[in-house]
Amino acid sequence: MSDFQYDVTIIGSGPGGYVAAIRCAQLGMKTALIEKYNTLGGTCLNVGCIPSKALLDSTEHVHKAKTEFSEHGIGVGDVNIDFKQMIKRKSEVVQQTCDGVSFLMKKNKVDVHTGVGSFKDAHTISVKPAKGKAQEITTDKVIIATGSKPASLPFIEIDKKRVITSTEALSLEKLPKSMVIIGGGIIGVEMGSVYGRLGVEVTIIEYMDRLIPSMDADLGKEMKKVMSKIGVNILLKHKVKEVKTTTRSVTVKADDPKGEEQTFKAEYCLVAVGRKPYTAGLGLENVGIETNDKGQVPVNEALQTNVENIYAIGDVVRGAMLAHKAEEEGILVAEHLAGQKPHINYRLIPNVAYTWPEAAGVGFTEEELKEEGRTYKVGKFPFKASGRARASMDTDGFVKVLADKETDEILGMHMIGPRIADLIIEGVVAMEYRASAEDIARMSHPHPTYSEAVKEAVLAATEDRALHI
Amino acid sequence: MAIVELKVPNVGESINEVTLSSWLVNEGDYVEVDQEICELESDKATLELPAEEAGVIKFVASEGDDLEIGAVVATVDTAAEAPAGDSKDADKKEAKADAGPEEKKADAAETPAEETAEETTYATGHASPAAAKLMKENDLKPEQIKGTGKDGRITKQDVQDALDKGVQAEAKESAPAPSPTPKPAAASGSISMAGGDFSREVRTEKMSRLRRTIADRLVEAKNGTAMLTTFNEVDMEPIMNLRKQYKEKFKEEHGVGLGFMSFFTRACVLALQEFEAVNAQIQGDGKTLQYHDYVDMGIAVSTDRGLVVPVIRNAESLSMAEIEAKVIELATRARKNELDLDEMTGGTFTITNGGVFGSLLSTPILNAPQSAILGMHKIEQRPMAINGEVVIKPMMYVALSYDHRIIDGKESVSFLVRVKDYLEHPEKMLLGADPVQQLLGL
Repeated sequence: MSDFQYDVTIIGSGPGGYVAAIRCAQLGMKTALIEKYNTLGGTCLNVGCIPSKALLDSTEHVHKAKTEFSEHGIGVGDVNIDFKQMIKRKSEVVQQTCDGVSFLMKKNKVDVHTGVGSFKDAHTISVKPAKGKAQEITTDKVIIATGSKPASLPFIEIDKKRVITSTEALSLEKLPKSMVIIGGGIIGVEMGSVYGRLGVEVTIIEYMDRLIPSMDADLGKEMKKVMSKIGVNILLKHKVKEVKTTTRSVTVKADDPKGEEQTFKAEYCLVAVGRKPYTAGLGLENVGIETNDKGQVPVNEALQTNVENIYAIGDVVRGAMLAHKAEEEGILVAEHLAGQKPHINYRLIPNVAYTWPEAAGVGFTEEELKEEGRTYKVGKFPFKASGRARASMDTDGFVKVLADKETDEILGMHMIGPRIADLIIEGVVAMEYRASAEDIARMSHPHPTYSEAVKEAVLAATEDRALHI
Repeated sequence: MAIVELKVPNVGESINEVTLSSWLVNEGDYVEVDQEICELESDKATLELPAEEAGVIKFVASEGDDLEIGAVVATVDTAAEAPAGDSKDADKKEAKADAGPEEKKADAAETPAEETAEETTYATGHASPAAAKLMKENDLKPEQIKGTGKDGRITKQDVQDALDKGVQAEAKESAPAPSPTPKPAAASGSISMAGGDFSREVRTEKMSRLRRTIADRLVEAKNGTAMLTTFNEVDMEPIMNLRKQYKEKFKEEHGVGLGFMSFFTRACVLALQEFEAVNAQIQGDGKTLQYHDYVDMGIAVSTDRGLVVPVIRNAESLSMAEIEAKVIELATRARKNELDLDEMTGGTFTITNGGVFGSLLSTPILNAPQSAILGMHKIEQRPMAINGEVVIKPMMYVALSYDHRIIDGKESVSFLVRVKDYLEHPEKMLLGADPVQQLLGL
């Protein structure tokens, strides 16, 4: 290892990359982190989870002020939205979080190199800053953590003015009047709820027959109800054919389920059809790594590429594009390099949509169990029956538990409701320990909390003996 | 139905733990009262655990487990009835038609037994995430670890415990075992090290209970006493001559050979009675001395399992022939692992003979709580200066390790000199003094 400047170099400082850097440093490796942008944190911190959550929270307040305050007995008159301030606050949250990552790098003695990292060979990486000369660093191991970029459809040109991605949608200067969102996945519904609550006329066009199609179907159905309530127009089974822009507006044409063409006109068109792995400029060709047809860097179980000393993690490899998945992978590689043998149970990485109410799921969906031909039982409990939820006027949604019919083992937990993004972890813990529905039902859940809905759902799954319904 | 627990009995004063070395019955067997169900290995002895009640047995502990006194080894379901003879299920079914009430009972008994034998669930042996990582890093399989979590889930501590106990990876089933045959000499030109078949493999295995006890005791003795050793040497010629002269006759008369052990035991017994501190011991409270009117002589015996020290009770009361007979009996039984625990406890002094393996000189470690131990060594022809002349004599170094807290230097040295004196003048052992002086009343 001493032949190189660094034991390990990580390209990309998103949640996968910077967490890998910290863990490598903790394990005693001399670690470098390369980041193209001036702020660390990658998509998640800069243009993803954190800013969207900041806006989601702001708009949730707007929504409550507009629709619920009077019920609470609070009069605020006309709710005035200072969209610029909203975006500014979001930017401050992002700034603070990114600064936090810089601090963590300093604290863990990780050398941060700013610039585009590109392979010269398997052990040499050039770092080209936006201005100035490229500098070369040598390293024993490399972890590729370059993440992803918003994807598009072949016939759509993203001009970032009228046709935008989530990145731009998080930094609009003025509140638009209308917005068409192509794609009803997690990004689509999150952005849809942000702008829907702000009074923007939002239309979500989804190709599949439900929203958030990667999650349990019941969540998608409930999500549609909830989104419709805040006035979002949702069109399922619609196939977008064309996106045309003028300077002031954008026109989207799509076929409805009957095959008839429909036209939608809006100020913005947000393309939220997913994300694609990002490896541009990485110089993979110089080390003999070829991306697959999805643009992913192929890796083995230890997240090792076909080049022995090069690993890849996060959005750039197979699997769900989630910050917490990337983090786990970063830790796995770091520990693997240190000779440990960690393991990730990919089935138990929770999937979360930060709408309000939030939606989350872990384990098998009901559709997957059906497909596998497994016998299962379902326990479901609506937040309508939860005292806590009534108190906060968050009565939409439910908790759904899938358990093995024979063994009672919990196979999946899916929920949509208030604060359930924080609640889904109960399902993860339960399933990591292979708990049965009754196991969880026999654990005391504090009253009054949203978590009681989990207990009621597992009771329902155990032998249909929920108490409060 | 009644479930009776079979527990590890109190096997001896200083025994806190035993190891379940093997089961003598099968899980679910019907055991009779007093039927031996398993072997328990204690510090020094192996004992069989009998069933207290008859019934169907269910194992609680596993082979290799270390069990504390009172720990449950197995349970017996006394409600279960003895199977009739060797009758198998098929026979029973055939008999069912006319068996009547009796058969019903048997059925009723069988069911619970089956139930209790099957307490595993789908989650038994499922490792927690941290436990799974630790297992993977040590190449352990769930079957090798006893899960103490709910329904037998494996916790991180379970894996740690297994590792502490020395559980290790099984030989990999499909992976090519390190082939004993050297690889074909591909690089024909290269010079290989001495045939090339050296190895740097290491092997770890669980310490046996006996070995651990030996280890603990020795360290305890070394750390807990003020131990030092005094040496002397013995001219063995008189005893050798005596043996030569009486060997045949002794054997004829007593049926045992005349060895050295009887002479050494006798010499020590006499010296111990004179220097009673050497035969005494400090009590556990560290404030009281316990003196013994008798000599219980420990004789260190090397066995396959390790060193054991059976005790010859009241050695002072035994004749030479009786001592020889006892030594042979104890050594034989020790090697067959047949000694009872109380045959190995309570000695007041110990003799150890490293000479049988060729040791010229050594410093034995005390057999706590005893205060002294005599080390015998090999007999060697050495030139000795006697009366100004060099004479070749069969000499043996003897060593006495003793606890200086209780035995003063004067006593220990005098003790060893006295032993030497008895051995070089065996006739003195008859009366504990020089017979001529006795005769003359000196």
